[in-house]
Amino acid sequence: MPVDIPKDKWPGAVRTITLGATPAEGGTRARTVTVGGEKALPYMHFEAEMPYRPVIALEIKDRRPDDWSPLLLEEWGEAASDPASWAKAAEAAGADLLVLALSLTGADGQPTTPAAAVAAAKAVLAASGLPLIVFGPGQAEADNTLLLAVAEATKGERLALGICEDKNYRTIVAAALANDHLVTARTPMDVNLAKQLNILISDMGLPLDRILMDPTTGALGYGIEYGYSVMERLRLAALQGDAMTQFPMIVTPGFEAWKAKEAKVGQGVPAEWGNWRERAITWETLTAVTLLESGADIVVLRHPESVRRVRAAIDDLMTAPVTA
Amino acid sequence: MALSGIQIYKLLPQTNCKDCGYPTCLAFAMKLAAKQAELSSCPHVSEEAKAQLSEAAEPPIRLVTLQADGHEIKVGNETVLFRHEKKFFNKPGLFIRVRDTDPAEDIRAQVAAADSYRVNYVGMALSLDGFAVEATSGDPGAFASAISAVRAASARPLILISRDPAVMAAGLRAIDGESPLICGADAANWQAMAELARQHNAPLAVLGNSLDELAELTEKIKETGVKDLVLDHGARSLGAALIRQTQIRRLALKQNFRPLGFPIIAFAGNDAPGGQAVMAAQAIAKYAGFVVLDSFAPETVYPLLVLRENIYTDPQKPIQVQPALYEINNPSPEDPVLVTTNFSITYFSVANEVESSGLPAWLLVTDAEGMSVLTAWAAGKFDAERIAKAVKGFNVADKVSRKRLVLPGHVAVLSGELEEELPGWEIRVGPREAVDLPAFMKQAL
Ligand code: B12
Ligand code: SF4
Repeated sequence: MPVDIPKDKWPGAVRTITLGATPAEGGTRARTVTVGGEKALPYMHFEAEMPYRPVIALEIKDRRPDDWSPLLLEEWGEAASDPASWAKAAEAAGADLLVLALSLTGADGQPTTPAAAVAAAKAVLAASGLPLIVFGPGQAEADNTLLLAVAEATKGERLALGICEDKNYRTIVAAALANDHLVTARTPMDVNLAKQLNILISDMGLPLDRILMDPTTGALGYGIEYGYSVMERLRLAALQGDAMTQFPMIVTPGFEAWKAKEAKVGQGVPAEWGNWRERAITWETLTAVTLLESGADIVVLRHPESVRRVRAAIDDLMTAPVTA
Repeated sequence: MALSGIQIYKLLPQTNCKDCGYPTCLAFAMKLAAKQAELSSCPHVSEEAKAQLSEAAEPPIRLVTLQADGHEIKVGNETVLFRHEKKFFNKPGLFIRVRDTDPAEDIRAQVAAADSYRVNYVGMALSLDGFAVEATSGDPGAFASAISAVRAASARPLILISRDPAVMAAGLRAIDGESPLICGADAANWQAMAELARQHNAPLAVLGNSLDELAELTEKIKETGVKDLVLDHGARSLGAALIRQTQIRRLALKQNFRPLGFPIIAFAGNDAPGGQAVMAAQAIAKYAGFVVLDSFAPETVYPLLVLRENIYTDPQKPIQVQPALYEINNPSPEDPVLVTTNFSITYFSVANEVESSGLPAWLLVTDAEGMSVLTAWAAGKFDAERIAKAVKGFNVADKVSRKRLVLPGHVAVLSGELEEELPGWEIRVGPREAVDLPAFMKQAL
């Protein structure tokens, strides 16, 4: 019995965005990463070709983090004490690009200085040819001063700078505008807030092919369902032609999952949670894959084994037969 | 898909005889469409129209129930493609596969462990749904004894997997009187399998390697009178399974395509790309009714059970706990009062930490409309005024002699205002994360 398979025809498409610039393009990256361009829901290859595969970023820090799970610190070993070594290790672990997350304070407890932030960013750029995203520590003032300095010192590299939020986007957007970088725009799980921030950013004159949006997510067990549904709604809106939602989506399942007790700690937890390492990696992997299937273009992870598993999943999702 | 009033009207006698109690056939049709009247009120409707109307009243995805000894799992009857459109209703059953070539002791041990597995997530006890026994050996006797071994270790619902009707018959005899999911029928064996399903009043999984083949098979099997069908689309890789499952769900919901209006069974093999947990996670979020895992391990099953709860929560209603003053580890009047919100995940993160530390405390759960600490704070549902109201409303001052109140670290900004709202109380700011609470309580309180 021949079945007439319904195909969604969408008027809209997600914008195509390239991170990183090669020497020919005014930067120093060995390669660039392009995401977006979807004309159908994720992995529905029978409706439209998905021109670019989603990519995996690994998160590294400017110094050995105080609050990361011992599992992660053990995995990265000494590399985690130095951003350049960490960048190399992350590239070797299979990352498509890197996220350098700046710390609020140095190991001495003093606030991170712009000079230190620039040094860390430069060291990472020198150590690895991958495109780079730089996140501030997440406090408005520190973000502004550190990201501005990094933006100026890395002009032309097409970094993505984050995190722009509604109360704190002007300085970062201006820094990106002046130095040929991109920005990531984060809003707390709400379609309208996401649109609004994207409008504010584009009103400042930043070209639309330089905006990534981070709709925010929660980890598995800690609100993933909200992030999942908001991403589905944002992607549907984009395909329906709403221009201010047509940006590739970046999410941070690594950060969220490793905050959860299930991943973070191995002691004093119920026996029914099973083996710690496997559980932690599964926590991160499932958070990431679930979000990829709701439309994520960039997932930021923390553990190399999660990278391996998520990559295997992406490979398979991307090669599904067109007529399946 | 429900018919409209006009569509129903066309099936009625259109004589306006009023015997149904309504002035016209159209008025009656409108009431039927609104589900405010019963078709049986019209004595003149033809048998043919009755059949059409009752078929149309059926849900686009059939509800299939699997039962055994008090355990029951219902799947199907879903109404939307995306959970934000309404919600997903019937959680997919999670089953663990065993093979009849495994040694009987291994089967018993694995099944007993999985059967008794129970894990607490935000106050809910989660567990697996049953077992799938696969006739890998091809030998009827081996299949029957494997099934008996499983049954000896678990009373939960079963799925029997074999394509050989003789082997399946032997398996069914081993649990005579039960109605497991028979898995299953294909283009070669469907008549014999349908006959077994009929005899045992059991649901039947149908395997087709394309949607065309699947639709053709279900139509043929339905004619034999077997109605509780389950679809196995045959794709075992992540990408192909995602596409098939999406296509089936869309055909059923958007086109009311009856031949594929059944729940889906998905197999998550250990060799799936990214591992069986990834494949199972996809199946949970993307439309499966039954998910069969290759093996049981708590560290795989726990995340999947949690994902299933998350995806199947009602997007309009966060899971909440009752606002109240909770006692943890028998607190005395000297012990501290910790403040939090009534979002289940928040409450249990805090309560579990304090409970497992053995330290006594009062936990004041405020009515924050089911939101997390920061969400509620941002939404104006967790502020000094509301906290003070809860302190008074639950008569906290009568329970404690030492008036000490600990705020979540994330809302340290509230402490000044709260001091004003609650004169005589010592307001302390706790750590940001609940994990750090026990250490804080030991050192700082
Ligand atoms: C899921 C979520 C939502 C869900 C709601 C979920 C719910 N039922 O609460 C939705 C999508 C509806 C939502 C909406 C909004 N959200 Co919201 N949301 C989140 C998200 C992603 C996770 C929150 C969560 O569930 N955390 C898990 C729980 C367990 O955490 P928790 O309650 O804080 O509890 C922990 C600690 O506080 C501590 N703790 C708890 N109690 C106690 C007690 C004591 C004594 C101690 C010591 C510790 C302690 O222990 C817990 C575990 O460590 C966060 C971002 C993030 N990733 O954290 C944003 C976030 C909380 N949301 C935010 C905002 C702004 C909003 C909105 C106002 C946006 C908007 N305008 O629409 C709305 C408000 C709601 C409304 N008006 O209806 C902001 C808040 C910003 C701020 N700092 O003020 C956040 C931080 C996102 C961001 N970065 O911008 N949100
Ligand atoms: S009883 Fe039947 S035929 Fe008569 S008016 Fe009602 S619907 Fe029409």
